[in-house]
Amino acid sequence: MIDITLTINGEKRRFSVGAGETLLELLRREGYKSVKKGCESGDCGACTVVLNGRAVTSCIVFAAKADGGTVLTAEGLESGGVLHPIQKAFLEEGAVQCGYCTPGMEMATYDLLSHNPDPSAIEIKEALSGNLCRCTGYVKQVKAVKTAAKKIAGEAK
Amino acid sequence: MDKQKTDFATVGKSELKVDGRGLVTGKPMFTADIDLPGTLHVKILRSPHAHARIVSIDTSAAEAMPGVALVLTHKNTPSTRYTTAGQGYPEPSPYDTRMFDTVVRFVGDRVAAVAADNPEIAGAALKAIVVTYEKLPAVLSIDESQAENAPVVHDEDDSTGIYDAKRNIVANIDILAGDVERGFAESDVIVETTCETQYAQHTPIEPHVVLSYLAPDDRLVLRTSTQVPFHVRRIVAYALGIPVRQIRVIKPRVGGGFGTKQEILLEGIAGLITLRTRRPTLIELTREEEFVSSRTRHPMRVRVKLGAKKDGMLNALEMEGISNTGAYGSHGLTVLSNTGSKTLPLYNKAQNVHFYGKAVYTNLPVPGAYRGYGATQGYFPLETAMDELAEKLNIDPVDLRRINHIRAGETSPIFVKLGEGREGVEQIIDSCELEKCIDIAAQRSGWAEKHGKKTRDGSWVHGVGMSVHMQGSGIPEIDMGAATIKMNEDGSFNLLIGATDLGTGSDTILGQIAAEVLGVPLDKIIVYSSDTDMTPFDVGAYASSTTYVSGTAVKRAAEKVREQIIDVASEMLASGMLASRMLQVDRSRLIITDKQVRTPDGKSVTLAKVCQQAMYIKDQFQIGATASGLMHQSPPPFMASFAEIAVDTETGELKILNYVVAADCGTVINPKMAEGQVEGAIANGIGYALTEEMQLSPTGGVRNPNLFDYKILGMLDMPPLDVVLVDSYEPTGPLGAKSIAEIGINAPIPTLANAIYDAIGVRLTKTPFTPEKILAALQAKNT
Repeated sequence: MIDITLTINGEKRRFSVGAGETLLELLRREGYKSVKKGCESGDCGACTVVLNGRAVTSCIVFAAKADGGTVLTAEGLESGGVLHPIQKAFLEEGAVQCGYCTPGMEMATYDLLSHNPDPSAIEIKEALSGNLCRCTGYVKQVKAVKTAAKKIAGEAK
Repeated sequence: MDKQKTDFATVGKSELKVDGRGLVTGKPMFTADIDLPGTLHVKILRSPHAHARIVSIDTSAAEAMPGVALVLTHKNTPSTRYTTAGQGYPEPSPYDTRMFDTVVRFVGDRVAAVAADNPEIAGAALKAIVVTYEKLPAVLSIDESQAENAPVVHDEDDSTGIYDAKRNIVANIDILAGDVERGFAESDVIVETTCETQYAQHTPIEPHVVLSYLAPDDRLVLRTSTQVPFHVRRIVAYALGIPVRQIRVIKPRVGGGFGTKQEILLEGIAGLITLRTRRPTLIELTREEEFVSSRTRHPMRVRVKLGAKKDGMLNALEMEGISNTGAYGSHGLTVLSNTGSKTLPLYNKAQNVHFYGKAVYTNLPVPGAYRGYGATQGYFPLETAMDELAEKLNIDPVDLRRINHIRAGETSPIFVKLGEGREGVEQIIDSCELEKCIDIAAQRSGWAEKHGKKTRDGSWVHGVGMSVHMQGSGIPEIDMGAATIKMNEDGSFNLLIGATDLGTGSDTILGQIAAEVLGVPLDKIIVYSSDTDMTPFDVGAYASSTTYVSGTAVKRAAEKVREQIIDVASEMLASGMLASRMLQVDRSRLIITDKQVRTPDGKSVTLAKVCQQAMYIKDQFQIGATASGLMHQSPPPFMASFAEIAVDTETGELKILNYVVAADCGTVINPKMAEGQVEGAIANGIGYALTEEMQLSPTGGVRNPNLFDYKILGMLDMPPLDVVLVDSYEPTGPLGAKSIAEIGINAPIPTLANAIYDAIGVRLTKTPFTPEKILAALQAKNT
């Protein structure tokens, strides 16, 4: 076992992890159930979290490799019962159907908007192209990302 | 009396999903999101052979491994044959499956299961199981299955419900209306086409998963990602030989289903392990297992022959289908039925109709229910043939549809002749705005300007294609869903439904129907689905049934509750008046609106006060009711689908430039959700048409069992999509509603096939339409 330290959703925590344990497995066993398992091969994006400021598919990151890192999951977006603008936008635009891919999509959106606060449609599609959704056809998710960008810009004013 | 549509308060509005807040915040709402101490993890050993007899199986080494709790094989599990198809009882699918069998019939068939303290131990123990197989000859295609002296896939004598096991025929259908021979003889023009569809998979982002455990009263709880909780309870009880009352099935949030979770694949195994070990048991399929061992769409070969008069009126219609049901016959009969029953009535001008076909066993992966369910396979040749017919008659393809499609007030002989696995029911179409759908979609896609123009841009050629569709709304006189509503003293209501929201939004729209009838905003309705201990029965989420069937149950339950509220309120309102002026309030003139019961002259009492009166003050009783929805019709939604594409004649690459659909689903309960259903179905259909294919090895295994090599559409692949919902009102539906969930998936294959023809003059008859196939067809045409 390997001892590591991670800052997850603002909370510094120590874990003992197996050599082959993925960040996805660690996060789920530690109760971060927003992080979903869909393929375990980095293809579907359901396990996307923000690691050190960038979206990663946590199923293909070894937990030990993330040692010392900062992780944000969908649980960390909501603050004091108030939805994050990204969560609000996904909800309001009807971008959620079954909701299994939603937390991963939100984290990919978080990464995008923190580097590009006003993305074009193609930039949105490129940034979220690794997040598969079988329910929606993506139409309302692209809209949700745009709406989230507007909401965040509005809050910043 | 139904309200007029314009009066709706919550119906017709894009209310937010009632479960949306939990979903966007990632709350632990899915099957595997709860941890129970001592949970066993299960791995399943699968057959490497397409067809083999298990000569011996030695599990002693696996059982001896520390941390292994139980190993299941055919030797220590019930030998009962059942069907995995989660359909109403008696299921129209053969009982040809055992939990673990002595014969394996496809690569991926289950051989043994290991339950251990963690997945690693379970995986290691699987490798310690020694199996000796006697390989048997396998049938690896429809044609091999039907060859003379073909190996028999199900030669056991205890399977039941198979049409002709010795000839590998699961089901056979032959229905005739009118005189087709004469119809063709009297036709001026005849076209005929045969189309083949491939193995494709649902790929819900959440694979199949079940968590089982013993409740404090020693009953078995199955928390499972399913579309059919009540069928799970019944089929698992039967397969395990325990009473239905010993099982509680809880359906939490489901991470997508699309039909594959209408199958009872894992619940029986998990349940048996929990009963034997008394420990919680988790089975999660990996993505590879999802591909190899869960369910697929039925690959089919369907031939369509059309005969028409010079004026375009169809005279005779023949459809012959052969369906590959793989190693087990789940949904074999009913999917084949729907290939005819959900397509042929669309062209009811043809009075001479023949539909026949069979579903056959092979030693290949097992198909089952999949959104569109047979209709998707049938529309490919039907709408391709219509396009060919239009060209031969020199009639615009749009006009040919206008001449022949069914309209309100009309019927089709097929409705009564062919149902889903049995005879159908008579029905006259009450609502149909297909003509308007065609007009709108044709106009928005620029059909008139673009069709037949073959605009060139370097090596790229543009083309447009279209197709029209119908589906159904539930299975008439079979599907039943029930709803219970009880009132709380703050004027809110619990809505308890067996209907199974698997991401479709049905909890929300059923809540909207209740809210509408009860005169309250949606946030006064607390929706709970589905739990066999807590909610009334519902067949589950399939056959586009929930809005129409379960929605009717909700509406009826709400109406009963409304009557009880009016009873209490009329007494309350009357007692507050001078006896000399009015001895009683005219009940029929009371209305419930804005959380109040009101008289025409402005008196009112709040719903909260009404419930408090009934609960605490006078003649106490629980305001509440249960009602059922059983429908005698299956009103079809309709859709017109148009696409503009460009094809690169040098590489065969196809780009969809624009996709337009217009759909009539009756009253739209929730516009954003209804649009979402269409958008998702079109996206899934485009994948099925262009990129998705389970590639099989020469020995019957799946070569691309992952989401990298099996390509579903991502965000970058999605073309511009314009969805229009056309208003109509279905008088038999709840507040005028029909279904919307499935119809869209039928459209992309024929629409794109016809667009390819328009662009480059070749007809592709095998999906998916890959660049290789397009280029090969172009080269064949040019030589």
